[in-house]
Amino acid sequence: MPRIDEKTVDSVARLARLQLDPQERARFARELESILSWAESLQALDTTGVPPMAGGASAELRDDAPRDGLGRDAALGQAPDHEDGLFRVPRVLPG
Amino acid sequence: MTEPTRLGAAEIQQRVARRELRAEEVMRAHLDRTAALEPRVGAFLALDAERALDEARRLDRALSGGAEAGPLAGVPLAVKDILHAPGFATTCGSKLLRGYRPAFTATVVARLQAAGAIVVGKTNMDEFAMGSSTEHSAYATTRNPWDPGRVPGGSSGGSAAAVAAGMVPLALGTDTGGSIRQPAALCGVAGLKPTWGRASRYGVVAFASSLDQVGPLARRVEDLALAASVLCGHDPHDATSATDPVPDFRAALPRGAAGLRIGVPRRFLAQGVEPETLARFEESLRALQAAGAAIVDVELPHLEHAIPTYYLVATAEASSNLARFDGVRYGARAEGARDLLHLYGETRDHGFGDEVKRRILLGTFALSSGYYDAYYLKAQQVRTLVRRDFEQAFAGCDAIATPTTPAPAFRLGEKTDDPLQMYLADIFTVPANLAGLPALSLPCGLAAGLPVGLQLVGRRFEEETLLRLGAALQGATAHHTLAPPL
Repeated sequence: MPRIDEKTVDSVARLARLQLDPQERARFARELESILSWAESLQALDTTGVPPMAGGASAELRDDAPRDGLGRDAALGQAPDHEDGLFRVPRVLPG
Repeated sequence: MTEPTRLGAAEIQQRVARRELRAEEVMRAHLDRTAALEPRVGAFLALDAERALDEARRLDRALSGGAEAGPLAGVPLAVKDILHAPGFATTCGSKLLRGYRPAFTATVVARLQAAGAIVVGKTNMDEFAMGSSTEHSAYATTRNPWDPGRVPGGSSGGSAAAVAAGMVPLALGTDTGGSIRQPAALCGVAGLKPTWGRASRYGVVAFASSLDQVGPLARRVEDLALAASVLCGHDPHDATSATDPVPDFRAALPRGAAGLRIGVPRRFLAQGVEPETLARFEESLRALQAAGAAIVDVELPHLEHAIPTYYLVATAEASSNLARFDGVRYGARAEGARDLLHLYGETRDHGFGDEVKRRILLGTFALSSGYYDAYYLKAQQVRTLVRRDFEQAFAGCDAIATPTTPAPAFRLGEKTDDPLQMYLADIFTVPANLAGLPALSLPCGLAAGLPVGLQLVGRRFEEETLLRLGAALQGATAHHTLAPPL
């Protein structure tokens, strides 16, 4: 079974877009290890042939008809930075 | 004349509709009480007394002009700060959403407002609804009205504390693993988590979409039934909201407990319930038995696996749902980022608190390549086993009873350094979320001077059964009339 070390936390944090500092990495490694070893109890259950349950009721589909959305001004209204009707972000490729 | 803050939502509506009380008087009484008690309780993240009074006066004028009173006319309402309410920011208790003013309104809030309810403010909560004590709020500490040294429960702790303190007769919460029922129990009020899909989640910030549900908290079952009839029902904005017809839940209450069978999972309870909490539970069962219900034993063998199953499923979904908080479209953005990836990472590191980061990391891990089958898929399979346990148990009973929590409210700070201990506070509440079932928590007396709750879980879309039992318990006992020593 996998053991969580700081390297694992580092790669998971990258996937989750979380910039952790070294103290956080060490602490989360410890805590996640303890949570996951407690969740190991599930591995002892025989689930052969048991279908996964993905949710509750089945969804009701609406008609595929055009309708008004939020509108550009409202959608941009809460952005930390925008310009000319577009969201503004720093450079996309690392410099 | 009874002090308006002692009245329930249904009683307020009735008196306002008959013009025996003005909505403004009702509102002023609640705002005065809130102003006096809020420094000791800390239930709210935002209050707007002027707006609430304006709305109350507008309602009074409309009623004087002959307008018909809605089913919640003049009822002061507190809204958990995860639901979008017009005129208020939505923070979710997170620094990341500081100052976020949504451009739309949650359907459930709009429905309650259309019925005449008046929003007084937004209540404190664990950040993004992740927690069982409201201590994970980035903004404020909410204290249990029964003991200022103890937590109100969570994540809807502000809503439960506001109702318990008599600041409002009705509040909205959300429940992903017990976040309505657990704080309701620890604060001595009633709370209903409807069936998954029963109420719209449009305008509710998502935590774990296959588990999340909105519901009411109030001191009385009658008020829960009234509010649930208004807020439930299909919403074209939420494709997962059910199209099943919503009954007038209050009409079912007089039918009482007669003929209903209550299943008790004795073996599951043996996992550990504090003795006085267990004693209050047993007394409630006897009261329901005296009111005409039959008590039977049921087996739910997979419930002991519910907590780890829940923490894998909920965190996996949360890691996906919270990906949208990136500092680009809304919320607070970290300054000075070198490039886009750095912006995401810094915004999320500074914006999220520890518990949210812990859960995002756990969920991302459980979904990641190489671990998906062992963790996420396995948990989804165990979830099926939990659901089947309930289906089999409901062949022999109409509702399943447990204590809502294993013990009364814990002390502030007692569990904040131990995530596992905090998670175990939800041991009796998470199974209903995993199975998508309706569940009700009712005050069932005091354990060492602190309130504890009785939980009833029902078949899908059979909230009426739970509410009937709740009304029967309130008819036979005075637990719901106990008020904290404030």
